[in-house]
Order: sequence, then C-alpha cells, then structure tokens
Amino acid sequence: MSDSHGGAHVANLAHHFEDLEQQREAHTLGMWAFLITEILFFGGLFAAYVVYRTAYPEAFANASNQLDARLGGINTAVLIGSSFTMVLAVHAAERRRKRAIFGWLWATVVLGAVFLGVKYVEYSHKWEHHLIPGPNFLFEGAPGGSEQLFFALYFAMTGLHAFHMVIGAGVLIWLSVLALKGRFDLPGRNAVEMAGLYWHFVDLVWIFLFPLLYLLGRHA
Amino acid sequence: MSSSHESHEAGGHDGGEHGHGLGAYFAVFGALLVGTWLTVWIAEKDLGAWNTPVALGIACTKATLVVLYFMHVRASSKVVWLAAAIGFVFLVILLGFTISDYATREWLEIYSDPLLSR
Repeated sequence: MSDSHGGAHVANLAHHFEDLEQQREAHTLGMWAFLITEILFFGGLFAAYVVYRTAYPEAFANASNQLDARLGGINTAVLIGSSFTMVLAVHAAERRRKRAIFGWLWATVVLGAVFLGVKYVEYSHKWEHHLIPGPNFLFEGAPGGSEQLFFALYFAMTGLHAFHMVIGAGVLIWLSVLALKGRFDLPGRNAVEMAGLYWHFVDLVWIFLFPLLYLLGRHA
Repeated sequence: MSSSHESHEAGGHDGGEHGHGLGAYFAVFGALLVGTWLTVWIAEKDLGAWNTPVALGIACTKATLVVLYFMHVRASSKVVWLAAAIGFVFLVILLGFTISDYATREWLEIYSDPLLSR
C-alpha cells in the first residue's frame, strides 16, 4: 500500500492517494469545505432575517402567523425521516448491499418529494392570499410594507432550501442507478456518504428555518 | 495514516465501517422527532423574551445531533472535526457581529437610522 506511485494497484484507489483511507478522508474534507461555503450562503439570508426581524418584530410575528405551522411541522418530520433513510443508505453502502442502497436512496427521494409537494401546497396558498411580495401583495387588506419583507425572506430562504433539495434528489437518483449497476465498491460508497452529508446539511438548514419562520408569533 | 487509524477506533467497527450502528441512528431519529414536537409545543406558550432563545436552543441541540451522528463527525478524524467546526464559527462571527450592531442601536439612542424608526 505504501508503494503508491505506479506500484501495486489497489482497486478503486486514485493514483494520487496513499491508500483508501486517505482517499476517503480527502473526500470528506473536500465535502466539508463545500458545506462551509453553503453554511455562509444560507448564513447571509439568516443575517438579513435577524436585521429585519430586530427592526420590525410585530410585523414579523403577524406575518409569521399567516404560515401554516401544522404543515410546517409535518414537513419537518418528513425531512427528518428522509435524513434517517439517507443514513440507512450510507449504512447499506458501507456493507455494499446494493438492493438496500437502492431502496433507501429511493425512500429518501420519495420523502423529499413529499416535502416539496407540501411546499407547493403552501406556496399556492400564499399565491391565493396575495402574500407573494410584489405589486399585488396584500396583508389584511393593506399593502403591508414590513410584512412584505417577511414574505420576501420566507420565499428566498425556503425557495433556496427547496432548490437544494431538488439538486440533492437528482444526485440521489443518479447514485441509485449506479448502485444497481454494482458500482458501489469503496469509492462509490464514499459517493453515497458525500451525498448524505449534503442531504443532512439541507435538513440542518430546515431545522432552523422551521421555528424562525413558522413559530415566532405563535405564543402571542 | 495516524489520523485515519483514529477514526477506525472511534467508529468502533471493523476497517470498512465509519458509522455509528443502527441503534444510534434510531435513537437520534427519535430524539429529532421529539425535539420537533417540543419546539411546536413550547412555541404556543408565552415565555416573554425567552421564546426565541428556547426555540433556537432546541434547534441547536437537534443540529448537533445531526452533525455528530447522521453526518458521522463524531467518528471522524480531527481534521474533519476542525472543518465542521470552522463553518459554524464563521456563522457565529457573521451573526454575532450583525446582532451586536442592530440589536443595540437603541441603547445609544441613535434613531436616525430608517431601519429603526418604526
């Protein structure tokens, strides 16, 4: 294994790595470097949220009460469930059980689709109630300035989140096809794990979005 | 090689595995669902200024569980620990300095800012 440069060939080991463990470590570290940029990508929106919520606390609480906390809560549970099935897919990939990898990846995709379906129902409700920021925005019959800010942030944050889920689901479907073709020896197994890191990150963002967007005015 | 051997030991399995085993996954899954229910339940209660800190406290606990177990950071090498932690450190700097400005402007009675003239 130490003879890395053109010597004994280990299957699935890229030539620039010493061994499979180092290769895996590099994959994980690279993925986390990407996730750091993602954390700050969403972080900018969270910072905007903090600034405007500090400036207009009542308007934000009132606007938040227009969201359906029940649907939001159900979606939170669905997304947590999808993280759980994702972790089971990674677990299966470590054991190279391709049918199980395929099944759990698809369970994750289906739960992701349920989440996006609920999101679609919520968005169309907002459309019907004139809560889309723009010239037709109406909040309790009035143009509503700072309430509009809340909904602008709501759509920007949940929209960006949903976009991440669509990309994640695409990656998982692609990996499920590779799994059936039996491409899940060691580096392929890393691919499932890296996709898992991405999927869990998306779950992580929602864990904060849910209370900050849906629940902030519930006690009043 | 030294850091990679560490992760084997932390994982507590044979060489091919890095996860935590199904039991831990089920426990974390259950804890996350309980945390979600708790967030919704406590949001209905009037805790005055404490509603948001409590909600964020629960969210941070849930997030920590996801990062440590679902994302396998607990069983990873120190360099992965560092990478995972640094992202959140950046976030704390971004949000911390933003809040320390906007949340304290009224203390100095600077009302000229249009953001604060309610």
